[in-house]
Amino acid sequence: MHILVCGGTGCHASESESLLSHLKSIVADKGLDKEIQVIATGCFGFCEKGPIVKIMPDNTFYTQVTPADAREIIEEHIIKGRKVNRLLYQDPENKEHIADSKHMGFYKKQIRIALRNCGFIDPENIDEYISRDGYEALAKCLTEMTPQQVIEEMKKSGLRGRGGGGFSTGLKWEITSKSVSDVKYVVCNADEGDPGAFMDRSILEGDPHSVIEAMAICGYCIGASIGLVYIRAEYPLAIDRLKTAIAQAREYGLLGNGILGTGFAFDIELRYGAGAFVCGEETALIHSMEGLRGEPTVKPPFPSVSGYFEKPTNVNNVETFANVPVIINKGAAWFASIGTEKSKGTKVFALAGKINNVGLIEVPMGTTLREVIYEIGGGIKDGKKFKAVQTGGPSGGCLTEKHLDSPIDYDNLIAAGSMMGSGGMIVMDEDDCMVSIAKFYLDFTVEESCGKCAPCRIGNKRLYEILDKLTKGNGTREDIDRLRNLSQVIKDTALCGLGQTSPNPVLSTIENFWDEYIEHVTDKKCRSGQCKALLQYVIEPENCVGCTACARNCPVNAISGERKGVHLIDQTTCIKCGACLEKCKFNAVFIK
Amino acid sequence: MGQVKSLADLRKIKEELQGRMSLRENSNNPESLVQVKVAMATCGIASGAKQVMDFFIEEFEKRNIQAVVTQTGCMGYCFAEPTVEITLPGHSPVVYGYVDTKKADDIIEKYIKNGELVDGIIPVNYETIEKK
Repeated sequence: MHILVCGGTGCHASESESLLSHLKSIVADKGLDKEIQVIATGCFGFCEKGPIVKIMPDNTFYTQVTPADAREIIEEHIIKGRKVNRLLYQDPENKEHIADSKHMGFYKKQIRIALRNCGFIDPENIDEYISRDGYEALAKCLTEMTPQQVIEEMKKSGLRGRGGGGFSTGLKWEITSKSVSDVKYVVCNADEGDPGAFMDRSILEGDPHSVIEAMAICGYCIGASIGLVYIRAEYPLAIDRLKTAIAQAREYGLLGNGILGTGFAFDIELRYGAGAFVCGEETALIHSMEGLRGEPTVKPPFPSVSGYFEKPTNVNNVETFANVPVIINKGAAWFASIGTEKSKGTKVFALAGKINNVGLIEVPMGTTLREVIYEIGGGIKDGKKFKAVQTGGPSGGCLTEKHLDSPIDYDNLIAAGSMMGSGGMIVMDEDDCMVSIAKFYLDFTVEESCGKCAPCRIGNKRLYEILDKLTKGNGTREDIDRLRNLSQVIKDTALCGLGQTSPNPVLSTIENFWDEYIEHVTDKKCRSGQCKALLQYVIEPENCVGCTACARNCPVNAISGERKGVHLIDQTTCIKCGACLEKCKFNAVFIK
Repeated sequence: MGQVKSLADLRKIKEELQGRMSLRENSNNPESLVQVKVAMATCGIASGAKQVMDFFIEEFEKRNIQAVVTQTGCMGYCFAEPTVEITLPGHSPVVYGYVDTKKADDIIEKYIKNGELVDGIIPVNYETIEKK
């Protein structure tokens, strides 16, 4: 038998270490250490109810276990085989005690559809993909379904574009299939550019065949025989694995002429992007593939009518494609049974920032932010307080405490002032300054703006300058109004998605963190201490013993004082590097 | 293997492979092999998964342990990279996080040889489409 004790940060903070040693010593006392092993594990992700103890093999799941409970667990459960009811997890709805983790709602929060093979199969071995129903969906489409039937199935499934826009995938395929042309193209958008997002890379690295299969299915539906993957050159491993997978599929005759003994021909080529954010926008992406500058053009005409070299082109994102084979295999009705009314299926998120379990997760649409952050993500790092979560990258916004319980889907996020985006989710804690966060994203957009239209090229630059002024303590109340007005103008007049959404981080932080903006302009204060210009390092005379450690480590010699005498920081010379604070062993240096 | 010419062909290959895969995955046959999967996505490789994988391959040979070492994609536990999934014959898979060569040595000596669990297990927290 095994006793597993959570050793994650959250549980650690609530004495799981002492619990572990208690359990170990009691087991040893009873002479059971041969049969019973006590093991520290990684985070169970259920930090809210920590410390967690799990007994194997019967899967008993105890929550909020204190060191004092150790003896009871051993004497009752391990020796007498009776579960300790009061420590079992209680179902929040019907108040019943649940004995094993398989029946806990929490463990049903993640469902892997797009990530079904990720971390399970060897991505460089086509056989492993085939053994997990791989290419069966393609075979089914080619031999048993007409293109129109496949499109109908896709429409019924309710799958919407996972790149951020959320347009119905089936409808997009239908429009492209109806465009009349001798040549059409299927394009996979693997130009994942949001800071902190890595879902598409992980899918291509972990399960490249699912994307290849789906592109072929799309080709069959719209009448295309060439597929192009636009992938950023910064993803060398994903490119390698994709190339290997394409070569294997060709060898098996699953790409090329006469696929699966039918008359259908389809092949895939790669196109490399140089890593410009704007090239994730489909018209810019197409221009970049054509060898032109990566600049967007006005829609319509939509790529589904006139795209790559003016031929009808269907552009879908990596994650969208990864869902397609499962929908064909398991049916549209199955897929549509997961998720909310208007957003079906699951969404992959790259959880990053101040969160314990940084990683890749896949949850059904309609899961709340609270479930994602506290239950799957394991809560905020070092027990700090949650402040905001940023979704949708530079085009999205920051959501706060009050949004934690609203279900995540395309429409809810937009209503809350953010957006789904491609799935980056960056968690921020009390140490993050929201004005600086807005500035960070604007810095990114200014850098990435292609410069074609004035609102984005000039407007974003001005937004950045105003934000910079605020963080340096030179802002005024009028500046905040100016930020708002300018943001609205940019939103209304910019040419493409990048410009139209780039003010979102500014607007959502002003909306949700109004107090913080006001503090920056009226009190010249930054509560999180991130805006260096707004803080002062001072030495508290009572605590200073005159050890000279601060003065010796000050890079600009801003600290004066005799040995064994009180030291003083000269504010005009100080560059606020924080070295004195770090070096002081007597808690004499403070941030004011 | 030759070209796949029809759905029937594909299903045949799948059945053959599934026989092989399930032998690797769920066999109760004590003679079957220990399976080690190393998460080799960018995040894993950056934190040293390659060295860990090489270590497993070399050490299994040196210590004369019959095992299959394969690579796989991101398991999603990026905070605990490198991550390694070990399946002992007849047991359900166990995922270990923060595996360096020292930890790998521990895993081989304690878990693979004696079935004793080692600290640092990462609990599985998702459902697969098969169950749904």
